[in-house]
Amino acid sequence: MKFSRAMIPGVCALAILIVPFTGLLPDYWVTLFNYIGISSLVAIGLVLLTGVGGMTSFGQAAFVGFGAYTSAVLTLRFGISPWLTLPASLIVTMLVAGLIGAITVRLSGHYLPLGTIAWGIAFFYLFGNLNWLGAHDGLAGIPPLRIGTYALTEPRDYFVVVWIAVVLAVIATQNLLGGRVGRAIRALRRSTRAGEAFGVNTAAAKLMVFVYAAMLAGLAGWLYAHFQRSVSPGPFGIGTGTEYLLMAVLGGAGRVYGAILGAAGITFLRDELQNFLPWLIGNTGNYEAIAFGAVLVLILQTASNGVWPILFGPPPAPTPPKPRDERSPGRALPAPGTPLLRVQQARKTFGGLVAVNDVDFEVESGRIVGLIGPNGAGKSTTFNLITGVLPLSAGQIQFEGHALRAQTPQRAAALGLGRTFQHVEIVADMSVIENVALGAHLLGRAGPLRAIFGLDRSEEALLFADARRQLERVGLADVAFRPAGTLALGQLRLIEVARALCLNPVLLLLDEPAAGLRVGEKKALARLLREVRSEGISVLLVEHDMDFVMSLADALVVLDFGTKIAEGVPAAIRQDPAVLEAYLGGVS
Amino acid sequence: MDTTIFLFLLQDGIINGAVYALVAIATVLVFAVTRVILVPQGEFVAFTALTIAALENGTMPSTPWLLLALGVLAAASEFIRHFRELNLRRVVRIVLFDLVLPVALLLLTRTLAPMKLGQVTNILLAIALITPMGPMIYRIAFEPIAHSSVLVLLMAAFGVHFSLTGLGLLFFGPEGTGTAPLSQASFSLGNLVVTGQSVAVLIVTAVLLVLFALFFGRTLLGKALRACSSNRIGARLVGIPTSAAGQIAFALAAGLGAISGVLVGPLMTVFYDSGFLIGLKAFVAAILGGLVSYPATVLAALGVGFAESLFSFWASNFKEVLVFTLIIPVLAWRSVYAPHAEETE
Repeated sequence: MKFSRAMIPGVCALAILIVPFTGLLPDYWVTLFNYIGISSLVAIGLVLLTGVGGMTSFGQAAFVGFGAYTSAVLTLRFGISPWLTLPASLIVTMLVAGLIGAITVRLSGHYLPLGTIAWGIAFFYLFGNLNWLGAHDGLAGIPPLRIGTYALTEPRDYFVVVWIAVVLAVIATQNLLGGRVGRAIRALRRSTRAGEAFGVNTAAAKLMVFVYAAMLAGLAGWLYAHFQRSVSPGPFGIGTGTEYLLMAVLGGAGRVYGAILGAAGITFLRDELQNFLPWLIGNTGNYEAIAFGAVLVLILQTASNGVWPILFGPPPAPTPPKPRDERSPGRALPAPGTPLLRVQQARKTFGGLVAVNDVDFEVESGRIVGLIGPNGAGKSTTFNLITGVLPLSAGQIQFEGHALRAQTPQRAAALGLGRTFQHVEIVADMSVIENVALGAHLLGRAGPLRAIFGLDRSEEALLFADARRQLERVGLADVAFRPAGTLALGQLRLIEVARALCLNPVLLLLDEPAAGLRVGEKKALARLLREVRSEGISVLLVEHDMDFVMSLADALVVLDFGTKIAEGVPAAIRQDPAVLEAYLGGVS
Repeated sequence: MDTTIFLFLLQDGIINGAVYALVAIATVLVFAVTRVILVPQGEFVAFTALTIAALENGTMPSTPWLLLALGVLAAASEFIRHFRELNLRRVVRIVLFDLVLPVALLLLTRTLAPMKLGQVTNILLAIALITPMGPMIYRIAFEPIAHSSVLVLLMAAFGVHFSLTGLGLLFFGPEGTGTAPLSQASFSLGNLVVTGQSVAVLIVTAVLLVLFALFFGRTLLGKALRACSSNRIGARLVGIPTSAAGQIAFALAAGLGAISGVLVGPLMTVFYDSGFLIGLKAFVAAILGGLVSYPATVLAALGVGFAESLFSFWASNFKEVLVFTLIIPVLAWRSVYAPHAEETE
């Protein structure tokens, strides 16, 4: 029988039900495995948060604390059944994480981890000082989980509960990452610009990941409370929070199974150090802390990408859903010749520098318009004004009659402006086809919940069919499942074109698409753009290759030092004295 | 609350804040030059206070042994890592700094400790014992991963903190001690009793801050460090060795930590792990100051100190909770108004 990835959960489930009762594992090890499972849940959340989403949290232990204390208080003070406190634990962590996340996830760079350290410590002291939570002694005598009248007090019984939770968390997380929202999350760390240009709401995606990771920690806390049967503030402090983070990093950034490996590694290490060092040195001291810190530093020095990639190599190519033959409903394109984009007196200043100086031009639908000019002419800035990356200083830009005044990249994407970037913005560790499918973000509707429960498959099939079709158009279908980071620059530019086409754009904005392309590739690109035009999609093109742009464009707009110096058909521009002056210096 | 209590709390807060300011300045400096968020900074503070306490009792502190252990580790790690690039000069430098210096300090401490030469000697000796630990730790833990992301460096900093705390327990034991005040004098200012200790803290802090400003504004070395912090690659291109800059930053951090330890020893009972909270509160101040501006950091540190003494008056149980929560509104404000910068790796 051939071993397939789909069988992994089944095999795991079977192992979980059988292994603890075979007598192969001594009690001690079963208990250790239970702790590994509980830590794995937290580490899986951190893999998603840190490894995939690029947000670092030292404070996950506090969320474990919220899960554990919620259940402890509800069962002890209100006599509620432990099974009913599970949703309560999850909801409490969700609310707390939502509140903290709303404040902290928008922080850029290193402020986020620093913020997590601060609130991680604050919650630790809060747990330790609320008499209602038993202060520093905590709460003891938490009832065990029961099935009927059978209490799950034996580590062996609890093993089943813990590891079922871990398997479910792995499946849910893989589903989430594989779906539409997952692609958006995976784009966060490498390039928020690319995601935003295709309609991803970065702040919302970050908050979602943050809350998801916290809820996994809350689940771990609930399991911890009913396994340990007592809670105290100790395990919810910043030290444990660091340990969870270390598990995620040790396993391998961004690898869900790596989290389990990391959790196992750290738990074993700590346990062994506690057993072995006193025996070795014959003295009880805080040796394990010394050794633990040293091992941590050594791991970071030798394997900062984690152990999982070293052991098991790079991640496997994704198995996308079977593409369907349908295509997403296209956008109603305006009739050729109607005014589409109207730039009026657009102005952008950076301090005293006028980058774009009262520029006017129009793009009619079904046309290819070239925006040219020497280096520093303001072409890319104009592009960023149209696509909402930069706000206008003055003037206005209209697109199909909508004024793009308070424009965001997401809104530009929703209106049908598909763009490429001068410096390619590709998610290097995602496959080519997934990068292209990111362009179809706004065509899908499935949210995180549908993805977690695997209910987004038919929509995903549609999006991947679209992505596949666009990849075929740019001639890169044969590398669809390669990691995008392994491709050459010219190919990456074509991937960006395919991604922009995936948006079903009304207007395609290409920023130097031919730079880095070979002659044959340039011809193919020109052919593709003519084909796109014949379908009624308009193109606005910034390009330095004059042959390429002259042969392709219906009209040209020439900028120099931020000011429009000429506009017209290519033949006229070629003869224009102002243009010759700008490009070649004085002719007089 | 009446004026007397308010003034008392203010005095208390300013003294604590002054100590936090020194530690926070060191945190900002180290972060700017090396991108390391120096979590173990507080350990220097605690170890210094414990060293002085031992010297005051006329007993031999364990600090020289700790220094020697770190020196041996630093030498070993450099020999192993740079085995091929070793030349005579480098070997001599390693031997002198990592082995000869700790052994010399060890012998010196052994000779001086029973003699009870008094406060000034104790303080100078303690600072001399603690300061070299900074560059040693940099070379052991951070130099090999100097180009990693802030996150990796931060985790390594936590690793160093765990190890140092463990070593602290091993070398100094679990008992807490205080040190003799710098000045026994006290005088009244209206209703308020001002102790000589608090005046000493303020004077030392102010002098150090001025020296710091002069160092960075006027000296070539200070300017080179500033260059490293604003653009590492650019600094390397103009010939500033970033590794040396990192070591200097760590030496300054350890030195400032040691002086903070001198100041803090008489104010509280110091345990081997007391440094962590001091370091973290300084760190709150450093974040409030945006991790770049020294004057803003000093103001923020004074604010943290004052807030702490207010909180301990109103709700002493929740003092720590409130101090660390201070950071949240500031971060929230930043998240709304600070320009969004994408993290580059």
